Amino acid sequence: MRVPYTWLAELAGLTEPSTPQSLAPILTDAGLQVEKIEDPASAISGPVVVGRVLDFVDEPQKNGKVIRWCHVDVGAYNPEGENARGIICGAHNFAVGDYVCVALSGTVLPGGFAIAARKTYGHISDGMICAEDELGIGEDHSGIIVLPSDPAPEIGSDALALLGARDAVYEIDVTPDEGYCLSMRGVAREAAQLTGGVFADPYATPVPADSAGYPVILESEDCPVFIALRVHGVNPDAPSPEWMKKRLAQVGMRSISCLVDITNYVMWESGQPLHAYDATTLQGPIRVRKAHPGERLTTLDHQDRALSEQDLLITDDSGPIGLAGVMGGLNTELAPTTTEILIEAAWFNPATIGRTYRRHRLPSEASKRYERGVDMGVPYAAALRCAELLRDLAGGTIDEAVTVAGAVAQMPTQSIPADLPARIMGIDIPADKVVEILTASGVKVTSKPYSTHNVQVLDLIPPTWRRDLVDPYDYVEEVGRKLGFSSIVGRVPVAPIGHGYTWEQKSRRLVVNAVAGAGFVELITLPFIADADLDKLGLASDDPRRAVVTLANPLSDAQPYLRTTLLPGLLAAVNRNTSRSIDSVALFECGSVFRANDLGPEIMPAVSHRPTDEEIEKVFTTLPDQPRHLAAVVAGDWLPVRWDGNAMPATWEHVVACAEVAAAAVGVTLTRRSAHVMPWHPGRCAELGLVVDEKWVSLGFAGELHPTVIETWGLPKRACAVECDLDALLGLAPHSGQIRPLSTHPATKQDIALIVDADVASADVQAALVEGAGDLLESISLFDIYVGTQVGVGKKSLAYNLVFRAPDRTLTEDEASAARDSAVAQATATSGAVLRAA
Amino acid sequence: MSESIDAIVADAERAFAAASTTEELRVAKAQHAGENSPIALANRGIGKMAPEERKVAGAQIGAARAAINAALAARQSEVETVELQARLRDEALDMTLPVALHPQGALHPITALFHEMGDVFVAMGWEIEEGPEAEAEWLNFDSLNFTPDHPARFLSDTLFLDPPEDHKLMRTQTSPVQMRSLLTRGVPLYIVSPGKVYRADEYDATHLPVFHQLEGLAIDKGLGMADLKGTLDHLAQAMFGVGVKTRLRPHYFPFTEPSAEMDLECFVCHGESVGNPDKHCRTCKSEGWIEWGGCGVVNPRVLQAAGIDTDIYSGFAFGMGVDRTVMFRNNASDLRDFAEGDIRFARQLVGGAR
Repeated sequence: MRVPYTWLAELAGLTEPSTPQSLAPILTDAGLQVEKIEDPASAISGPVVVGRVLDFVDEPQKNGKVIRWCHVDVGAYNPEGENARGIICGAHNFAVGDYVCVALSGTVLPGGFAIAARKTYGHISDGMICAEDELGIGEDHSGIIVLPSDPAPEIGSDALALLGARDAVYEIDVTPDEGYCLSMRGVAREAAQLTGGVFADPYATPVPADSAGYPVILESEDCPVFIALRVHGVNPDAPSPEWMKKRLAQVGMRSISCLVDITNYVMWESGQPLHAYDATTLQGPIRVRKAHPGERLTTLDHQDRALSEQDLLITDDSGPIGLAGVMGGLNTELAPTTTEILIEAAWFNPATIGRTYRRHRLPSEASKRYERGVDMGVPYAAALRCAELLRDLAGGTIDEAVTVAGAVAQMPTQSIPADLPARIMGIDIPADKVVEILTASGVKVTSKPYSTHNVQVLDLIPPTWRRDLVDPYDYVEEVGRKLGFSSIVGRVPVAPIGHGYTWEQKSRRLVVNAVAGAGFVELITLPFIADADLDKLGLASDDPRRAVVTLANPLSDAQPYLRTTLLPGLLAAVNRNTSRSIDSVALFECGSVFRANDLGPEIMPAVSHRPTDEEIEKVFTTLPDQPRHLAAVVAGDWLPVRWDGNAMPATWEHVVACAEVAAAAVGVTLTRRSAHVMPWHPGRCAELGLVVDEKWVSLGFAGELHPTVIETWGLPKRACAVECDLDALLGLAPHSGQIRPLSTHPATKQDIALIVDADVASADVQAALVEGAGDLLESISLFDIYVGTQVGVGKKSLAYNLVFRAPDRTLTEDEASAARDSAVAQATATSGAVLRAA
Repeated sequence: MSESIDAIVADAERAFAAASTTEELRVAKAQHAGENSPIALANRGIGKMAPEERKVAGAQIGAARAAINAALAARQSEVETVELQARLRDEALDMTLPVALHPQGALHPITALFHEMGDVFVAMGWEIEEGPEAEAEWLNFDSLNFTPDHPARFLSDTLFLDPPEDHKLMRTQTSPVQMRSLLTRGVPLYIVSPGKVYRADEYDATHLPVFHQLEGLAIDKGLGMADLKGTLDHLAQAMFGVGVKTRLRPHYFPFTEPSAEMDLECFVCHGESVGNPDKHCRTCKSEGWIEWGGCGVVNPRVLQAAGIDTDIYSGFAFGMGVDRTVMFRNNASDLRDFAEGDIRFARQLVGGAR
């Protein structure tokens, strides 16, 4: 809402020492946030005066420019005994006799640009002829400002005042509950209340009782009040007065014609949108009703519109003549010859107007006000003010017969204990003060003693312009913001003893810290994907990651789904890094993925009370599955070429290690088995999981990406990735652990080498060894793999170091050997392992 | 006799002194203290002596042996010291060489800041609650006192799951977590909910369609604006230093009444830059205050929707954008860097929030 300060000061009875700068923080503190003060003159110190160009000479310069050496009459500011000042000017958009704006020596323009008499182009230039941008009142630098010459401005007078630059304009962010402040009248009432100013409402005229004017029939409850006033014999060619044009310009409205300007001016001042019909085009009574099926209306913008049955219409016998509160019809538009005018001032249901202007994409100053809810008590006063201005400015005669269709609805009553504002605001506010503030806000307050708690109860009826005052806490806020929130003294409430982070929260934190600590950079990518992303991962049509959740209104049609996997975001991030010459990356993300299910629509329980337990259950469980995943990608080198070693390429080991580090952080040791799952290389993909109650539980996959995927995405060769279900991992993690006594007896070490088929998984061999070795085995490690002629084609040798130790004695060689033999026997039984001769 | 013994000792001492390495000393030891050394031979000669001479000679030779061994031990210690020093000198490395066991990992600044902010509240006895990002419209809007026609519900503002008639959406705030907690945990309740939120917003240097919020909710007997102010001041001090305050300005939100916008006192200039061109502050743009979030007393209609007795319980809620907090806290200039995944972004604050 644009609010010119002088207009506001006039309505609010503000006097010195109030200034635009001093009032702004007061308004802001009360919730009318002044976002900007347009006050160009405040950035200028020293005189900028009206000058008249007496003569000039165009002087071409060596640099190709042509400068003008001018003599400008600045009246009282002329040097003593002379009739003008000499000024050099680079612009050419003026003629001898034009009135211009001259910044005199000593003036400082916006940006600290100081004007001084100085020698330039062979002359003493004593001042500057200004362009709009130099004064900070506009962007135009195409030439200097040429002032209107009719009427002729006074030479030497303040040019800034003439340009309206002396009048500050506020840009106020009016919150949705303060619709009444979308009017000068509303802001003025607030300003007066906050500063002790005297506000006399220019729109206080009560609605007359009789209705003898143009017939109006209300057929929809969306229009409870409709005022019509007729003005005869208006001069359509009457000009808008300068004061009105200036104010409309300040609030950002174009001057169109006197008749239109008056309706806009009254709307800005009163908050009541008005519509003017050419009364001679009306046919029969005006009816306000909802549109009929198939009905159409050509609006003022020449658009032929199909109407919805929810659209509220103004109609006459000819059919629709206006989209209520949104836009008038072309058939009743004011013509350049219109002399008979019918003014409409009505109240329409805010939600209906909001829906209609959005449906037809017709936002306007009028529909914006209707949507916020205008003062139901103001239509008559606004229509009357409009009619009076038409009479005064365009020579019309006001018809004494007024139409008052419908009636102003009663405002809702409320009662609050007088100490409620004090209790909720945490400020000491005596009951008298509460009554005083609310009364000043226009609330009708009746106080009565309260029977039980010795606290006064206030019965409250809000004024018609305060549709936001409904609930007790609305009144609390009204009192609070009139006092200002700065008087609140903070106190820290004491919460009951808490339980700290939940186990899952702690675990997730351990996981991300561990993965970051292991060398991976965390990313938070946008969680939207497209079919193309899934295609590029090579996912089959029945892959569970194809069960996408679709957005109804995606930000981009190119990515209409929520992600089912974290990989597309991470792979795109790899590409972003490589495009910036960062060729080696190790990155991870921890975030939700979304899987469509078929649970049907959500329910929308009533909000007046707690939903039933069944309803709550339904609300909570009808959503898509959205488990948290953990994924990582490595590409390029894990470590670069260093002074102490060659580059270490990033391989499948690093992504497997990432998963293992994450699992270890929450006490889980992962098991792996080979897998064939896209987007991974079929021979280089491990399924990560755990055996729980002898059943394999899959947690994710890790390995080198499929060469085709790498090529399609344009990734560095041999890029590797891991993705696992973090929620599932945490679900399997132990909440506690055991510490056994440490044996101090010596350990016995035994090395063995086993020959197995080349495709036997080493993990299976190791598992068999562990099982066969029994409790005496303390640790096992694979220290060599050999493939070659010595073990035969299609075979490999796996060499293990076994460490045995007993808890209670020193093991004999025989005991250790027996355990070793038992281990080998188990490996032979399950993997066909053959002990390699030493 | 005694002169010759003295000469043997003197020879040994000279030989030990001449040895400058462990090896040379080993040779000298063999020559002067070994089995065939002059002193050993002299010792063996005692047996051939007359009994009355033995005692004197034995004493002389014993003293000489002790002198030789002492000289040897002393020299050994000296040589070892010199040799150790030489070795240490030879083994010196350039300890400024770069080392790397693995690449430099880092948490995203958002994650790190969530951890830090969560710690502040957990220390106060509050708890952390989280909820789903794809959420029920009822929890995101209706239960929080958004009217059916509230503009925030339009497809132009909120991302809905298809079809919108199913009333499922991407949460536009973490407030639905508050409603979930009110419904499942009841009161008294002191929680903060960190998380990701979605808006149908543009994607540019100062807007992300997906960003992060931390919201707080406290419901108890007798809570109001003063408790809200105290809590926010505490958070501001914990995060930005002693003495940093917050400021409340009246505003409007459907789920709070009274509602306020919350400003943070500039923790860099503490307002000294205001109207002072010589001390321009880039953190607060010389305004002295930084817009930080929204807050207010929970609208009793919200508590009613959760079945809480508003005659007994009241409380407050607040929320702030965590991406924006990182922006002004760490001078990050472009929000797109938060989401685009350039690894240099997160690596700059390696180790956590700072």
